[in-house]
Amino acid sequence: MGFWEVTLSLLDGLEQTCLIFALTLVLALPLGLVISFGSMSKFKPLAYITKIFVWIIRGVPLMLQVIIVFYVPGFLMGAPLFSRFGSVIAAFVINYACYFSEIYRGGIESIAKGQYEAGQVLGMTKTQILFKVVLMQVVKRILAPMSNEVITLVKDTALARVIMIVEIIQAAQNFAAYGLIWPLFYTAVFYLIFVGLLSLLFGYFEKKLDYYKA
Amino acid sequence: MALLAVKNIKKNFGKNEVLRDVSFTLERGQVLAIIGSSGSGKTTLLRCLNFLETADSGSILVDGEPVFDAGAAYTDAQIREKRLKFGLVFQSFNLFPQYNVMENLTLAPKLALGKKKLPAAEKKAAMAEIEHKAEELLNRVGLSDRRDAYPCQLSGGQQQRVAIARALVLKPEILCFDEPTSALDPELTGEVLRVIKGLKGEDRTMIVVTHEMEFAKNVADKVIFMADGVIEEVGTPEEIFEHPKSEKTKTFLSNSLEKLY
Repeated sequence: MGFWEVTLSLLDGLEQTCLIFALTLVLALPLGLVISFGSMSKFKPLAYITKIFVWIIRGVPLMLQVIIVFYVPGFLMGAPLFSRFGSVIAAFVINYACYFSEIYRGGIESIAKGQYEAGQVLGMTKTQILFKVVLMQVVKRILAPMSNEVITLVKDTALARVIMIVEIIQAAQNFAAYGLIWPLFYTAVFYLIFVGLLSLLFGYFEKKLDYYKA
Repeated sequence: MALLAVKNIKKNFGKNEVLRDVSFTLERGQVLAIIGSSGSGKTTLLRCLNFLETADSGSILVDGEPVFDAGAAYTDAQIREKRLKFGLVFQSFNLFPQYNVMENLTLAPKLALGKKKLPAAEKKAAMAEIEHKAEELLNRVGLSDRRDAYPCQLSGGQQQRVAIARALVLKPEILCFDEPTSALDPELTGEVLRVIKGLKGEDRTMIVVTHEMEFAKNVADKVIFMADGVIEEVGTPEEIFEHPKSEKTKTFLSNSLEKLY
């Protein structure tokens, strides 16, 4: 089994890794915003329910959540609710949305009341204040914690193999049956490149927003 | 007829009565200074005028037209329209940090214009007009050369002058200042007070909540001294500062004007 054969096989696994990463990000980013509005709601029951939900999701290991989403509906209803891949996406999206929601909440609550009030006395609508005044400032403030979460997500995708999704680690481990251990260590190179590119991207965003202080 | 008439305004925060029946009038072109100790309700009164707080009872009339009545329910759109009769300059400036000086001035009027349905040519002309007006006001506050600067690149005094210009772009009937120099280093208060004094010459109606007694004395046409949520005394600067009638006013003034040496 040569280097190229292993590389090609790992690239297949990487495809799954990227797919889980991208889908989770695209779906969890907006869902997180919805959850953050829930936990900041002035309607107290909604705020409490959201907070308890966030506590449970952040309190239980993601690996366990993937297993629960995949197996529990099967136990209860005799048939699984999601495919393997669907289960992974569902568990990841909910889990990451909860983490994102707390980052959003922190960012939104850190914006001074005076910014809203300045918008109000200038006759701006709530939507205008949110999108034209507050949002840009929130984005700047949450960029660093978000980059942390996003980088963690890259590596968390490896948890998908707990229900036999062949992502890159699983692809490497499959070679162990042929007595090859080095492909497993080789995966680190892929992760490092992936995370390196993300770091560059976040660095670029940070630089773009560096023109003002707030 | 008075330009502004405030009638029987009351405001509680929980059990704390912040404003207890405040009424006053203000003529067009006059400058009103509101003085008083911290917690006397000055700022809350200003915030009620600007719809940042809703008074529990009372009413506000501008030019004889009711803009607020505690009994009435207003939609967000109505409040937005009515509050534009007033402008507010904050103690902490509250400029938008991500926009440069010019954008800070033009953001709100341009957004308001964007919402209107107008033919493209008219809209373009109106946009140009906003830009022109903003340029003119920047010139007036002496900051034409900083039009492309961001707030973080300006001194506190400059930021406050931008904030004053930003409030004026919307052509408010009455411009309110909430302790406009309290967040500034002493050497920067002068430039801001001079700008405010300059506006008086242009026949603008203004309400200034301030701790600057000299300023109130020299610039105001009318002075209100507030204590414990009521207007303790009202009069011309001379009446208030030279011949105060109320004991509370006398004590406050002697404490405020008392020099440490």
